[in-house]
Amino acid sequence: MTDDELIWRIAGGSGDGIASTSQNFAKALMRSGLHVFTHRHYPSRIRGGHTYTEIRASANPVESRGDGYNFLLTLGDSFARNPSEGAYYGDEEQKPLYENLDELREGGVIVIDSGLVDTDSVEDFDERVEENNWHVYEFDLRSLAREHGREVMRNTAGVGVTCALAGIDRDWIIELMTEAMPEKILEPNLEILDEAYEMAMEREHTHDVSVPEGEHDEEQVLLSGSDAIAYGSIDEGCRFISGYPMTPWTEVFTIMSQNLPELGGISEQVEDEIAAAALALGASHAGVKAMSGSSGGGFALMSEPLGLAEMTETPVVFVEAMRAGPSTGLPTKPEQGDLEHVLYTSQGDSNRVVFAPSTVSEAYTQTRQAFKLAYEYQIPAIVIYDQKLGGELVNVPASHFDEAPNPDLGSVLTEEEIAEAPHDPSGKYNRFQHNVEKGISPRSLPGQKGGRFLATGNEHMPAGHISEDPENRVFQMDRRMERVENIRKDLDAMDTSHQTPHGPSEAEYGILTWGSNQGTVFEAVDRLNDDGYSVKALSVSDMMPYPVEEVEAFIESVDEVLVVEMNASAQFRGLTQKELGRYGEKLASLLKYNGNPFEPAEIVDGFVTTVVENDTLPGTETKFVPAAGD
Amino acid sequence: MSVFSAIGEETEHDQNEFTPGLEPQPTWCPGCGDFGVLKALKGAAAELGLSPDEMLLCTGIGCSGKLNSYFESYGFHTIHGRSLPIARAAKLANPGLTVVAAGGDGDGYGIGGNHFMHSARENHDMTYIVFNNEIFGLTKGQTSPTSPKGHKSKTQPHGSAKEPLRPLSLSLTSGASYIARTAAVNPNQAKEIIIEAIEHDGFSHVDFLTQCPTWNKDARQYVPYIDIQDSDDYDFDTTDRREASEMMAETEDALHEGTVLTGRYYVDSERPSYGQEKRAIGEMPEEPLAERYFDEDYEWERTYDLFLDKHR
Ligand SMILES: Cc1ncc(C[n+]2csc(CCOP(=O)(O)OP(=O)(O)O)c2C)c(N)n1
Ligand code: SF4
Repeated sequence: MTDDELIWRIAGGSGDGIASTSQNFAKALMRSGLHVFTHRHYPSRIRGGHTYTEIRASANPVESRGDGYNFLLTLGDSFARNPSEGAYYGDEEQKPLYENLDELREGGVIVIDSGLVDTDSVEDFDERVEENNWHVYEFDLRSLAREHGREVMRNTAGVGVTCALAGIDRDWIIELMTEAMPEKILEPNLEILDEAYEMAMEREHTHDVSVPEGEHDEEQVLLSGSDAIAYGSIDEGCRFISGYPMTPWTEVFTIMSQNLPELGGISEQVEDEIAAAALALGASHAGVKAMSGSSGGGFALMSEPLGLAEMTETPVVFVEAMRAGPSTGLPTKPEQGDLEHVLYTSQGDSNRVVFAPSTVSEAYTQTRQAFKLAYEYQIPAIVIYDQKLGGELVNVPASHFDEAPNPDLGSVLTEEEIAEAPHDPSGKYNRFQHNVEKGISPRSLPGQKGGRFLATGNEHMPAGHISEDPENRVFQMDRRMERVENIRKDLDAMDTSHQTPHGPSEAEYGILTWGSNQGTVFEAVDRLNDDGYSVKALSVSDMMPYPVEEVEAFIESVDEVLVVEMNASAQFRGLTQKELGRYGEKLASLLKYNGNPFEPAEIVDGFVTTVVENDTLPGTETKFVPAAGD
Repeated sequence: MSVFSAIGEETEHDQNEFTPGLEPQPTWCPGCGDFGVLKALKGAAAELGLSPDEMLLCTGIGCSGKLNSYFESYGFHTIHGRSLPIARAAKLANPGLTVVAAGGDGDGYGIGGNHFMHSARENHDMTYIVFNNEIFGLTKGQTSPTSPKGHKSKTQPHGSAKEPLRPLSLSLTSGASYIARTAAVNPNQAKEIIIEAIEHDGFSHVDFLTQCPTWNKDARQYVPYIDIQDSDDYDFDTTDRREASEMMAETEDALHEGTVLTGRYYVDSERPSYGQEKRAIGEMPEEPLAERYFDEDYEWERTYDLFLDKHR
């Protein structure tokens, strides 16, 4: 590994301001012309508990967190509950130091706030430092911060020291602080930044880690997957959201709630997830573009309203932010274990659209696409993503979001059209007609003259009257299913596919992946090819309807395929085999489900060991599941 | 032509307009109290001059849930216990609609109890009619939350050990701003109460006593009933929480002892509805949100112009 990049890790306690500080720092690096990618690690605790954020900055585009890191700023955990007792959670105060050392690269830099962190807390610290050629700088950042302002400002002191040691132009930071901070706290922060910078400049620098120089050819913005999903919804005309908090879905819910009122939209925090999903249906039924969402357990509660949306052909978009399960699992850790839950939950034959965006920019475009299809085809659409994609901040060209809004409600009739349309002898409009184009039977909205109909979760006749008539049942079922086939045709006819290939066009081996692993897998594929292996990748984002042709062509084009995903039961591989109806012997799995996302090196090692060398994996971090008959 | 021209349409409406033309005829059992609700609702809608196209009737699942198969209007036959969240969002999306939700006592006080509490608390401008027959009808006669203590059924063969739920008192504590009880056997009062409930600007809860002759043979058929407003024995102020509360408690005790009291119990006309509250704090647009999608002149904002700056 070469250090043509800075991977900066800031470690402290939950509540120490690590997230906001790192966000600002990432933005400063982006403004200076670099590509950035952030990775968050946090415990399911409110105050206290070891947390870190990593920022990878490089002159070239970065799509993953990378392997390890080369600059640690450790602030200690000022909210530690049982400092130095080493009880249940370990010696918390010192965790931000000793928990992070394993991944620090050779030659890396360690900046320690000696006001809180004590190197004696780590057994054989000095030996490890020497062995790894680490460069340690200790400063009493805590006292410095207290002197000028408050203790939390030691973050700023840490940033000041980082600027000095990594050769970063302080002006980028000053500019951002000036924009973001109110006058009263700006003053002391600027003082702290300067003093810390000077203090670090006075020391002798022994290391050789620095920030690279870069330049963007167009303006960039820094945002997370959650931001992108919220913005995609708003741009597609969504003006109603209902929800109940659950990590990590809360992020999208919060962003929407903070912005919708200002746009004349409505956000409702309600009594539970069943209500949340039901409200979205009610708003959509009345003629508004609506969404709801949750994570694992909360989404489980939405299963019944989801089925109602399918049966009543009520357009709606649900967001499912995966965290590790089963049950409440690991509340703040990523996993891709809810795929089958989202595809198959709810009774009966499922008619729904499920998209799993892979990157922040795709989260925006696919969310828009989900709304478009939901309203055009009157079908629920689900956007499924994991905690990693939801939380990671990356730079995306601003122009990506420079798109026209789309308030189109899809297949809704005007009153003139309703007057011309067929009605039932009861006086109701035949809202669920049998033989219609693409299976889409146009809808009317409550309040429209002549458009009244009954929406019901029971099987129903064209006007909505409940019926168990076998012939009608088959007509209605077939028409509802037909929409999914037509959606696939529409998606296939688009100029761009949601499936992203990477690597050489001809290769011996293939890696198939989905969701937020994309960037990590692509980085691994590049390294494998650099190392002389012949590998290409395909990252799939359409889960239902499944892109059968594209995936089949990919699998056919290589000898063997490794499917990389973050769960224990190979759910995406299972889906692929089910949809394609074969290839059990050609697909093997590389799985990870310990709560941390893949690093590129794990995929490289996993691939070489299992696919090339036909060996088993030694470690417990990742797991290999061979192809059928292998 | 406006997008929702049925809303506020000023024509005379006959109650037959709320009867579906040909099919379907109600499949309720002979003598079922549900017929009484249907009749009262039709009468009320006609007398209020509503158009069937401006009404949205959301029901749950159960015999009661079939109501909107037999009532001509826009309808949403939802899922067991969930009519309220669907109804209240439709009202927020298009406040011009007249929104009525209906369901059984199992539906509304059992599985949907949480939604009942919260819809009342929020004071959504809508009417909620609960068909209270003290039993599960459609699933063939199991004990419901309002079944009397000791009630025997196939699933409670030793008789229920539970005190029945007190819907009126629960409603008041939860925050409903209009609370009444009526009965299928009292058609004139039932119609009047539904009219008042629909006209009331806030969450109106009507506990509607409906006899179920099929499964609840032991049940009092709610006769004779006493209309508390017509009787000199029950003098209290319906705008006073405390007095209303006492009257409710008395009514609920009396029912367990076999005396059927009906009428209005609580009316708070001062309290703003949820929609008004939300508008006042800037969380809901003045104009119906649903209309915006048809307004050609409306300029749809983009996140690119609004929010992207903070990400630069
Ligand atoms: C989630 C769910 N649980 C159970 C049922 C079965 N179910 C249908 S109707 C009903 C009870 C209806 O009783 P009530 O609400 O009192 O209405 P009634 O039939 O007496 O009018 C039940 C339990 C269902 N449809 N959905
Ligand atoms: S079972 Fe009872 S509630 Fe249902 S229709 Fe018959 S009488 Fe009415």
